Amino acid sequence: MSSPFYALLKRDILLSIKEGGTLGIALGFSLIVVTLIPLSIGPDLNLLNQIAPGVLWVTLLLSLLLSLDRVFLTDYEEGTLELMLHGSMPLEWVAFAKALAHWLTVGVPLSLMTPALGLLMNLSPNQFGILTLAALIGTPALSFLGALGAGLTLGLKRGGLLLPLLILPFFIPTLMFGVSTTTGYLFASGNYENSLALLAAISLTSMVLAPFPTAWALRFNLN
Amino acid sequence: MKTLIERINNTINHLANPSKFLKFSQIVLPWLGALSLIGICTGLYWAFFKTPPEEEMGATAIIMFVHVPAALISQMGYVLVAISSFGLLVWRHPIADVSAKSAAIIGAVFTFLCLVTGSIWGRPDWGTYWQWDLRMTSVLVLFLLYIGLITLRGAIDDEGQAGKITAILALTGVILLPIIKWSVEWSQFTLHQPAGIMRGQVSTEFLIPLFIMIISYAILFTYLHMKAMRAEIFRRRTIAQQQRQAHQATQIQETN
Repeated sequence: MSSPFYALLKRDILLSIKEGGTLGIALGFSLIVVTLIPLSIGPDLNLLNQIAPGVLWVTLLLSLLLSLDRVFLTDYEEGTLELMLHGSMPLEWVAFAKALAHWLTVGVPLSLMTPALGLLMNLSPNQFGILTLAALIGTPALSFLGALGAGLTLGLKRGGLLLPLLILPFFIPTLMFGVSTTTGYLFASGNYENSLALLAAISLTSMVLAPFPTAWALRFNLN
Repeated sequence: MKTLIERINNTINHLANPSKFLKFSQIVLPWLGALSLIGICTGLYWAFFKTPPEEEMGATAIIMFVHVPAALISQMGYVLVAISSFGLLVWRHPIADVSAKSAAIIGAVFTFLCLVTGSIWGRPDWGTYWQWDLRMTSVLVLFLLYIGLITLRGAIDDEGQAGKITAILALTGVILLPIIKWSVEWSQFTLHQPAGIMRGQVSTEFLIPLFIMIISYAILFTYLHMKAMRAEIFRRRTIAQQQRQAHQATQIQETN
């Protein structure tokens, strides 16, 4: 099982790096969203600091969403996905590998970028650690549930537009626990371990369960 | 016990045949419609003229009689969508797809009704049309899920495929909905009065008309659902017939 899995993972990561584009768009998008917030509500530094965790998490969700429709699309269009359907590795593993590759190539860089965005929202440097940690722990859920959305909308001509509507409600638990981890650490008596653990629970559960409906949806779309 | 399960199974199998469903629903529909109409009229009459004004909330408490049943039915509608989706994916009954499609639309309407009546009620009581508390947020998320189901189905051209893909989304939603609700609750959002019916906080004068309204809403939902299913079956039959005719026409042309 392991060798085709790693081969696929490596291929997807390499493709994403060599092709470029996706990550650049995601990073640029998150930067522009965070830029627009102070411009729209005014440069009150205290207020910005207060709303920073929420704004940064929403930005993370939205920018991750942008690249999700690419997870299966190119392979679907060129027929590679069809080959994978008939290959030796179960489609569930294919879905897992592709979602994991998406997390590694988009989720991780976006999480690592949050301190820079936090700077724009007037967070102080000693708060960056928890922010990045929470983002790293929370984003796998987004990639894996997002891959499910990508699988569902695969056959659609304008699936990219429908995807956010379908999948953003499913991001709410990650958003809630992510924000409460960060605010818990920043403002309320440093009590953040519980929300961090729940954030991890959501991510791990999504990693285990989401590939099954994803593979299901892929089979329906490929028949 | 076994015979009961068998009997239920037989009934479901019987109704899963579209022609038999059409026949059965034609007999049942007028009764359901009349029953829900009578029930709603009785319930509303009771609510308006037979209940004393509520101590804390005054006359606006009457909104409860249209709001609470809508909230219950909106959730039951989603359960019905999920069960139908399960039926479609596991047993591949085409009528399960018809049921899921119709229930999604009607459920969305009831959810919208719940949101609207809730915010009309909220204005005099809380001084705001909208409050981001647990229950309002989860009903809003439920509404978004319904919208997602309807748009996803609408976006897929092939009808059989649309049903299956939407069913996967519906089943994912039914797993995630409690988690979403719980995550919002956990993050200490401000509260709305807790669901009072189950805790005996609502006095009997309110309870009787409320139950009449809930049951009538449920009957109304069943009525609308059956009606929509009938329309959907007829629509599919018409399309199939048109396709057959078009096919025959091309064949005749080819032979000529």
